[in-house]
Amino acid sequence: MILENLRIALKAIRANKMRSVLTTLGIIIGVAAVIAVVSIVQGLNFVIASELQGVGATFIRVAPERDFNDPDLAGKEITLTYEDGLAVMAHSTALKYFNPVFFRSERVYYGDNKHTSTLLGVGPYHQEVNNHWVDMGRFFSELDIERHARVCLIGRKIISELGLGERPIGKDIIVGNASFTVVGIMEKKGEMFGQDRDDLVLIPITTARDIYGREALKQLILDFKAKSPAEVDLAKDQITQVLRRRHHIAEGKKNDFQVVLQEEILKTTGSILGTVTQVVGAVVGIALLVGGIGIMNIMLVSVTERTREIGIRKAVGARRSDILVQFLIEAVTLSLIGGLFGVLGGWVLGILGAKMIPGFPGAHVPAWAVFLGFGFAALVGVVFGTYPAAKASALDPIEALRYE
Amino acid sequence: MLISIRELRKLYYVGTEEVRALDGIDLTVEAGELLAIMGPSGSGKSTLMNLLGCLDTPTSGDYVLNERQVSGLDDTALAGIRNSEIGFVFQTFNLLPRTTALENVELPLIYGRMPRRERKRKAREALEKVGLGDRIRHQPNELSGGQRQRVAIARALVNEPSILLADEPTGNLDSRTSEEIMSLFASLNGAGNTIVLVTHEESIAERARRIVRLLDGRVVEDVQVTAKGSGR
Ligand SMILES: Nc1ncnc2c1ncn2[C@@H]1O[C@H](COP(=O)(O)OP(=O)(O)OP(=O)(O)O)[C@@H](O)[C@H]1O
Ligand SMILES: [Mg+2]
Repeated sequence: MILENLRIALKAIRANKMRSVLTTLGIIIGVAAVIAVVSIVQGLNFVIASELQGVGATFIRVAPERDFNDPDLAGKEITLTYEDGLAVMAHSTALKYFNPVFFRSERVYYGDNKHTSTLLGVGPYHQEVNNHWVDMGRFFSELDIERHARVCLIGRKIISELGLGERPIGKDIIVGNASFTVVGIMEKKGEMFGQDRDDLVLIPITTARDIYGREALKQLILDFKAKSPAEVDLAKDQITQVLRRRHHIAEGKKNDFQVVLQEEILKTTGSILGTVTQVVGAVVGIALLVGGIGIMNIMLVSVTERTREIGIRKAVGARRSDILVQFLIEAVTLSLIGGLFGVLGGWVLGILGAKMIPGFPGAHVPAWAVFLGFGFAALVGVVFGTYPAAKASALDPIEALRYE
Repeated sequence: MLISIRELRKLYYVGTEEVRALDGIDLTVEAGELLAIMGPSGSGKSTLMNLLGCLDTPTSGDYVLNERQVSGLDDTALAGIRNSEIGFVFQTFNLLPRTTALENVELPLIYGRMPRRERKRKAREALEKVGLGDRIRHQPNELSGGQRQRVAIARALVNEPSILLADEPTGNLDSRTSEEIMSLFASLNGAGNTIVLVTHEESIAERARRIVRLLDGRVVEDVQVTAKGSGR
């Protein structure tokens, strides 16, 4: 019986192809939007999640507070130094690693080749804090840091840009105005959001201070790693305490630095994605509503047009429920066809959207999103098909047969 | 006794005016009869046929079909009776457009929940019985009027109903085709089918074995025709 109804439905839809497609446009758009957004949001979530797993939940970043509108900070010289970080480590029980970060854009040369890259002045625990490890050669030793050694580590991109060949380790490159010996290559990280994360040069923080001067290294970023995720909050308190004391911040005054936990970064991005999802959800809701009304409208037209057919079917023994099911199946079939086009269209949109964002790893359409899309379509078909179907099933056989 | 109706009334209200389409009909039909209903236009023939066919419900009165009280049954029960007990043939054929003869004939069997294979076989047999074995894939617009009515008759027969009801089955056909359709009814009656048909033409009524005449919603004459084709 279901099969029979499906055949009847497909026949009726085929008889009015253009009308059917136009009718399902709302559903197509709604479902396509669901799929496209889910695929892109999923892709982003995937990136963020893997990023977080990379750095870990114990990551804490301290940065200078740059809010110039704040009266507590106005006119004050903001500093955040290597010594601040060392003092925090000396007084904190919850922290395991510390890494100061000085960064600037710098030109690098090798022979005739030159390239502009990101220069990072870092401490000996850069690897542990960022979970970014050396791949070939070695990392800085404590001794390198102490001696202000002219050694550097480079990302993959530098090898190709400067033409360092198969064996870059031991070669001397010029960074800014100074010569550095390459002692190691950092592991590949790939691109994200259009940024090549293998395009970097690491030098000891102490060496950076020699070259760029104390003044330039007064505002660093201090990255820490807590001993465990459970101790992150304690670590934050301890960092705040030490830095307030060192910066002579009076009771009741605002911090001249900010402590950002990995968890908070996650929450922020999560809430942005949540907002995007909500906005698109509302658009989808409206599209599906419009689509549903379209379905209802066309089904009402169809019922009127086929009044005689309904009369004939009733005359030969169709029950109310038979007619009801027939038209419901027709409505659902119509909206599922819309759903199918929507899923395909949304998929294509997702892929195109992913392509437009440079460095985006690619759209990811989970099976549940496809089911969700079809589910929405079917639901719209049932909800908006019920009234026309009920109207059809309630027709009086004699009146339906007499209908001109 | 296949059909027994008593004091059957059907009233319509048009504005404030009451129309007595049927004004107290008593009638019995025995199994195996070929009965013609005649009467002037507006005398209530179609109204009576629709009630007999369970397409419509009476205002009052009793209708017993096959020892079952039909008046007062609900929608679903009436659909069941239309499906299994009654074969209805209309003046305007009432075939589904853009649907083959075979599929049209299958329709009652679909609602009778017959399995597909058996359904196809029975529908084909019914079409062969009315002489359309070679037209089963044709759609109504690819058939002549007489052929369309044959398809409609096959559809009415396919469920092996207790009674075949035909409301002016030859009304839209030329006289020669009418003659063929009447011969078909006669031979179906000969094979044991009970048939009630409405007609305007005496020549057609003459093929019947009994003629009931209506006037203003009442039975005014009910006569047996003794010899086939010899008038009354
Ligand atoms: N739906 C309706 N509403 C109001 N009056 C109706 C309705 N159906 C039938 N009638 C009236 O009932 C009476 C009987 O109609 P019916 O169709 O049974 O006549 P008939 O004998 O079949 O006539 P004909 O030979 O022209 O087909 C007529 O007077 C008609 O106007
Ligand atoms: Mg009539």
